[in-house]
Amino acid sequence: MDITHALTAAIAKSFGLFYLIAFSAGITAYAFWPSLGRRFDKAAKSILDDEEGPCR
Amino acid sequence: MMQRLTGPERQLAMTLCVIVALVGLLMAAAGHGDPFGTHGGIVLIAACAAALFVLRAMGEPEPTEDRSRSYYDDPTKVGLIIALFWAVAGMGMGVWVAAQLAWPELRFDAAWSSFGRIRPVHTSGVIFGFGGNALIATSFHVMQRTSRARLAGHVSPWFVLLGFNLFCVIAATGYLMGVTQSKEYAEPEWYADIWLVIVWVAYFILYIRTLARRNEPHIYVANWYYLAFILVVAILHIVNNLAVPASLAGAKSYSAFAGVQDAMTQWWYGHNAVAFFLTAGFLGMLYYFLPKRAGRPIYSYRLSILSFWGIVFFYIWAGSHHLHYTALPHWVQTLGMTFSVMLLVPSWASAGNALMTLNGAWHKVRDDATLRFMMVAAVFYGLSTFEGSFMAIRAVNSLSHYTDWTIGHVHAGAMGWVALITFGSIYSVVPLLWKREGMYSWKLVEWHFWLALSGTVIYVFAMWNSGVVQGLMWRTYTDSGTLAYSFTDTLVAMHPYYVARAFGGLLFLTGAILAAINVYLTIRHAPAADPAADPASAPPRDRPTSSEAAEPAVPAAE
Repeated sequence: MDITHALTAAIAKSFGLFYLIAFSAGITAYAFWPSLGRRFDKAAKSILDDEEGPCR
Repeated sequence: MMQRLTGPERQLAMTLCVIVALVGLLMAAAGHGDPFGTHGGIVLIAACAAALFVLRAMGEPEPTEDRSRSYYDDPTKVGLIIALFWAVAGMGMGVWVAAQLAWPELRFDAAWSSFGRIRPVHTSGVIFGFGGNALIATSFHVMQRTSRARLAGHVSPWFVLLGFNLFCVIAATGYLMGVTQSKEYAEPEWYADIWLVIVWVAYFILYIRTLARRNEPHIYVANWYYLAFILVVAILHIVNNLAVPASLAGAKSYSAFAGVQDAMTQWWYGHNAVAFFLTAGFLGMLYYFLPKRAGRPIYSYRLSILSFWGIVFFYIWAGSHHLHYTALPHWVQTLGMTFSVMLLVPSWASAGNALMTLNGAWHKVRDDATLRFMMVAAVFYGLSTFEGSFMAIRAVNSLSHYTDWTIGHVHAGAMGWVALITFGSIYSVVPLLWKREGMYSWKLVEWHFWLALSGTVIYVFAMWNSGVVQGLMWRTYTDSGTLAYSFTDTLVAMHPYYVARAFGGLLFLTGAILAAINVYLTIRHAPAADPAADPASAPPRDRPTSSEAAEPAVPAAE
């Protein structure tokens, strides 16, 4: 199958139109998923004290 | 340094040195009489120098301590020092290039000292030499701390760091000899490109393996940015540098692309080099060192996730704004313009997130020049991303493109954002790594801050003025429909701005030299941190802190 301009343009204008929107919706859901809040808070705070060395 | 390696690790390091030396020897023999052969000689010398370091450790006793109980910071330390060397060298070249434009007699009539050869030495020196080494070094630091795990390997970090610097040296010496494939920010020829792919894949594997060892359930957002930097730069580099060498014993190659496809591939690469080399990696620095130095968690972690994916999704499409009014199809130009404008949202989300983090810590910004470096970097990040979105609009671009406005925009980003966040990170991490109470001289840090800020402002204002004047002169017509100004007229009008630009750059260079001196004095002469001292009386975050790490380890899969 030849990769023609018409083919790539058709893919860009169909699939290409929607996959980024789908990704964005997925990411937004992830970022605001209520039950993940505690994990995010812990991650944000954990960097403030990390010099003791690897925890074992 | 190499004494911390075990016997088998030293042997592995030695084997790698021998392989690289043999490749260098082969290149030198096959490419005799061509710059390719000269580069073979450089590879050979570099590999032998590295082998000498390993050899010196060969008879030494092996480390007996439990290495997994501490972070492996030797490669980070060396990387930071190399980064400062490249900062002074690359910015020094920049001042010379700027001075050549103001006073052309500074070209000195040698082939190697012409503008076209030393300008890429400046750009590669600061972007890859200074920025790249700072990114590699800080990423080693951040990946270990945020994962609470030691680096996954003791030879591969050295391979990545020294291999990357070999690439930088091959690039810079190549430009001086006239070796270039004429792609901006991707000038090095095919053999240097292949070497960088090998180094970069090793870097990616090292990062992933360290993350796999992590003792934190969640991968902290700074790592996402560093990983995006590593992964996307690999993809960009491989695709844009696809080429066929004219001979396996010579430097010259021919690109796999031609015409407008070549231009589009190059600027897909070029703009994403800005996005993923000069933005994503440095945002990783910002998201780690700014909260840490301020002593406050990032204002909104959720926003940092959203802006990360926003930047990743949008930036990839923005490159075609470099090709407005060219043979590129109009809809592709419009696509690049649209995504560039949308990029303002995640960019300002990041800048705003950083500045909001400082709410409640503004007194620290006032007192602590290191934190002030980071705060001003976030402001310049916001300014230059706004300017970039604006300049990508086709109508604005018709005035700004091909003028000094573009140079001003790039330097607002490179000096105001990238260099300032890097210097802020260096000042916060150096006392920590060398276990010092603080930097040798806080006054030098203050001097550096004000020199850097005034240098950037002078530079950027000079180029804004120069660019707009230039753009307007180029499009001014007389009543009879001819151009009102000759090209020489515009050059005369540029001259005062070029002098101002060289002066601004000189101030910035002076600051970088002060930083290098201050780091040297900190390593050599600053008083050692006393681990038994009261942490409350210690300078903020300049020493290891007691930590939540004493809590039971959380399994990697929660």
